Parts: sequence; structure tokens; C-alpha cells
Amino acid sequence: MAWLPVGSGRLVRKRPKAQVREGLTKMAEQFVGRASEFTDGTRQIVKVGDTEVGVFRHEGNFYAYSNYCLHQGGPACEGLTIAKVEEHLREDKTSMGLYFSEKDMNFVCPWHGYEYDMKSGECISDRKLKLKNYQVVTKGDDVYVVA
Amino acid sequence: MDLIADRGRRVTVEELNTSKLLAHAAEQARDRKYEDMLIVDCDAHHYENENFNEILPFMENDVLRQLTMSGRAKGRHSIVPAQVGYQDMGGRVTRYPLRMTEKTEPGKLRDVQLGERWMDAMGVDYSCLFPTGMLNVGLHPQKEMEVELCWAYNRWLTEVVLPENHGRFYTQLALPLSDPEASLRQVETFGGRKGVTGFMVTTVRTIPVHDNALMKVYRAIEERGLSLAFHSGPNWGEPVFKGLNRFISVHALGFSFYNILHCTNWVINGMGERFPKLPVIWIESGLAWIPFLMQRLDHEYMMRPSEAPLLKKKPSDYMRDMFYSTQPMEIQDMEALETTFRMMNAETQLMYASDYPHWDFDLPSTIYDLPFLSEKAKHNILGGNAARTFKLAPRNEAQKANLIKYGNYTAG
Repeated sequence: MAWLPVGSGRLVRKRPKAQVREGLTKMAEQFVGRASEFTDGTRQIVKVGDTEVGVFRHEGNFYAYSNYCLHQGGPACEGLTIAKVEEHLREDKTSMGLYFSEKDMNFVCPWHGYEYDMKSGECISDRKLKLKNYQVVTKGDDVYVVA
Repeated sequence: MDLIADRGRRVTVEELNTSKLLAHAAEQARDRKYEDMLIVDCDAHHYENENFNEILPFMENDVLRQLTMSGRAKGRHSIVPAQVGYQDMGGRVTRYPLRMTEKTEPGKLRDVQLGERWMDAMGVDYSCLFPTGMLNVGLHPQKEMEVELCWAYNRWLTEVVLPENHGRFYTQLALPLSDPEASLRQVETFGGRKGVTGFMVTTVRTIPVHDNALMKVYRAIEERGLSLAFHSGPNWGEPVFKGLNRFISVHALGFSFYNILHCTNWVINGMGERFPKLPVIWIESGLAWIPFLMQRLDHEYMMRPSEAPLLKKKPSDYMRDMFYSTQPMEIQDMEALETTFRMMNAETQLMYASDYPHWDFDLPSTIYDLPFLSEKAKHNILGGNAARTFKLAPRNEAQKANLIKYGNYTAG
């Protein structure tokens, strides 16, 4: 297994071309990494054709999104992963202050701070904006993104 | 390096490399063939506080220099008024916490190397370099310290930084506006230096920019064919903002507030009539405030012309005579933005600015991709207007041809 540079000079693990599979729909499966090495809370950036995809493992599940922020094209998947911030209100509408969510996790574009919902790819500031998502498949211990 | 995320969880992030961070910006530059158009960033920043050990020795007064240099010891107080703020958004904007991890080559100024990295990535040919922390120098309680700090910074920038950059950085030097005599001396001393295209007022201050004592300063700048910039900023300590509870609120209002304040005084007091050949640039307030202020001032002026007797046309006409930097451009309602561009004559009066490396920087694509702009407007805003105003030369033949084509070629 080789470490190959993607466009920006970052290193990603990439399998030889023979292991990039193509199905009937011409969708290519790009190898991402070993599931056993892909620990929860981490991410990989993979080059798929001319584009980049960020693959996250969160609470045991894989999520894959375009690595191009919908704002100005920043590397949307390469920043912090951080819980959504919530403001809790009492019944009388007074504020209890700010809290990190116990269930909702976001990933953040490092250029300007655009935050995306880990499970949907929606921009939490405007949920009409949504990153292109990709299917992730596992075959044995191998993780692939379908693009 | 580990960044602290929620509940103390640590996220490991590689060291910062500006070229890698901005790899997607470089893709945009290649796709859009920016090399054929001169792109000028009229507002970029460095962190001069990281260079105070080199800057402070340029202070003239022995006692004040000893006072500030002694205070550089760890744990001592700041020498420039500091702001409460969270520019890095809790580490979400990773270039803030990671900045010191970025490696640069020995033997060349770090700020120059970092600047060239982001300029090359974005496709920017020239950047006007401004300080960061010293944007608060107008809040300094000691007038003489404001003067000394500006003097030292201006000497360091013109004698050390600009000569290392092969002409790709230019600047508008900070004026110690609280002291008109000292401001005039700095214009006279630095105004003719290479790379100096004008002077800059940090607008986080409330002194009246139309004060009679300042006329000789503006006249000296105008006589030299230089420009005057007003660079804004936030200030949570401003009495009117003390009721705001979130940094987003202070930031959103503050940057526009101070330029609205000073632009109002500038226009209503007829400064455009007094200094008709002085190019004035309003920096880092976004654009949405411009149609607001044009409408407010025109509306009142029609009823109260006796309070602005120097004016020979409407306030908005004077505002259209001045220049504005693009960033942070509010690209939320495209029709509103198009109206703003029309109202300010953006094709000739607007200049692209990135504000990099600050958290809300804008890439050239924020202008290049606007659907309502003509090719001429794109060329003008991204660099032509600045090239014409600051007499910047093209860096290749294609840029020269485009500058000539759109009437912006002034530097031979």
C-alpha cells in the first residue's frame, strides 16, 4: 500500500489501480483504508477522479462528503469535528446558556468555519445547503467510497 | 498538534502549511486563468506582534522604547490595546491555533514567506500589507505611545519587510492620527519611500477626522499623489456595544460602525470638496453599509443643506467618488448585492481585498464568479482599479494587455 499525494500535496493511502473497481453503473469504488485502522472520530481524504472526498467514521458509521465547501470552496472535511452548540431555554424562555450537543456532531471547514451536520452533510446555518454525499461500502476490512 | 474540541477531546491536526491549506484556492486560480489578469489584494495582514522584538528598537524615544521592550518579558502587559474576541471560533478556523507550527525557510523574513504563499495560492499579484494588533493603536491611552509605535512600525515595514518582497507587497502606512503634527512628520518622512502608496487611519477611534488640525496632513498626502485609507475593526469596549453578548454581534456591527461614523464626518464636512484629488479608500466594512449610508445622508441632506454647506452635490455623489474594499462581501441576496454595486459605481470604485489570513477572508472568486459583472468590471475590481490608483505595474504581457484594454494601465 502506497502513500500518494493528492492535489494539495497531502498524503493519502491509495491502492493500485487494479483495485479500483467499476460496477455496472460505471461508479468507481475508491479504496479508502482498512476499517480496523479507521478509528472512530477520524477521517480520511481521498482523491476520486478530479475531486476530493472526505470520509469520516463517527459512532461506528461511515459518512463521505465532497471536500469542497459550499461557501468558497475550502477543504470542508479537513477541519475540526466538534459537537453542535446549542442554547437551552427554560419554560419561561430564559436562557440557560450554551451547551455542546450530546447527540449532534458537526465537521467544520477550516477556512471560514462553515459547519456541516455529520449525519446529513447539511450546512447547519442553512439546511437547504448540503454537501454532495457519497456511498461508503466495506468489503471485509476494506473501506471504499463509491463515486 | 492537538486542538482542544468539545468536552476536552483533543483532535490531532497536522502542522499548518498555508500552501496546502489553500490548495483549493490554487485550483480556482488555475481554472479561472488568473495569471492573465492583474489581481491586487488591497487589504491583507500580518501579525506584527510576533515581530515586536524587531520593531520596537525603531522607537525614537529612549524612555518609551525601554518601557515597551522591557515589557516584552513573559507575563507582562500588552503594549497595544488588546480586544476581547474569538476570531478563531474556538479553533474551528485552524490557521489561528496552528499558525506558529508553520515552517519557513531560514534567512528570509517569515512574514514575507507566508505572504508569498497565500498570494501565490490565491493568484494575487500584489498585496497591501496591514498590521493586525496595531489596528487598535487608536485606542492607546497615550498619544505619544501611539506616535512612537506607528513610527517604529512604519520604519520596520519600509526598511526591512518591503525590500525583501521584490515589490509584491505595498502598503498604506499607519498614521498616529491623535497627533496631527506627528502624522504630518510621518507623511513627510515615509511618503516617498518605495512601496508606500499612501497612509492609513485605523478607524477604531472616535476623534473627528474633519478636525482643522488634520487638514495639513491630508493636504500633504494629496500633494504627494498618495492615497488615504480608513481601516475598520471591532471594539467590544465601545460604550454602544457593551450591551452585545456575542462576538458575532460585535464583529458584524463594529467593522461597519466605525467606517459609517468617520465616512459621515468626511462627507458632511465637505472633505471631498477640500481634497478632490485625494483618493480615499474605506476598508473592511463589507459593502452593505454603503447603500444604507448613501440613502440616510441624502435623505437628511435634502432637508438640512444648511448643516453641510460645503457640499455641491448629494452625499451619495461624494461617496461614489471614493473607493471601497470588497471584503467581507455580503453575498447573501444577489439582487441586493447587484443594487449595491450599481449604487456605488463598483466598476470604477471597488477594489478586491482578501483580508487573509483573518477568519472571514475572501478569495478572488467572490468577485470573479458574480453573475452580473461584465468582464471589464471583473478586471477592474480584481486589480485594475487598484493598479490605476496605486500605479502598480503588470507582471506579465497578458496582464499588461488587459490593463490597457480596460483603461487601467498607468505604470510603464
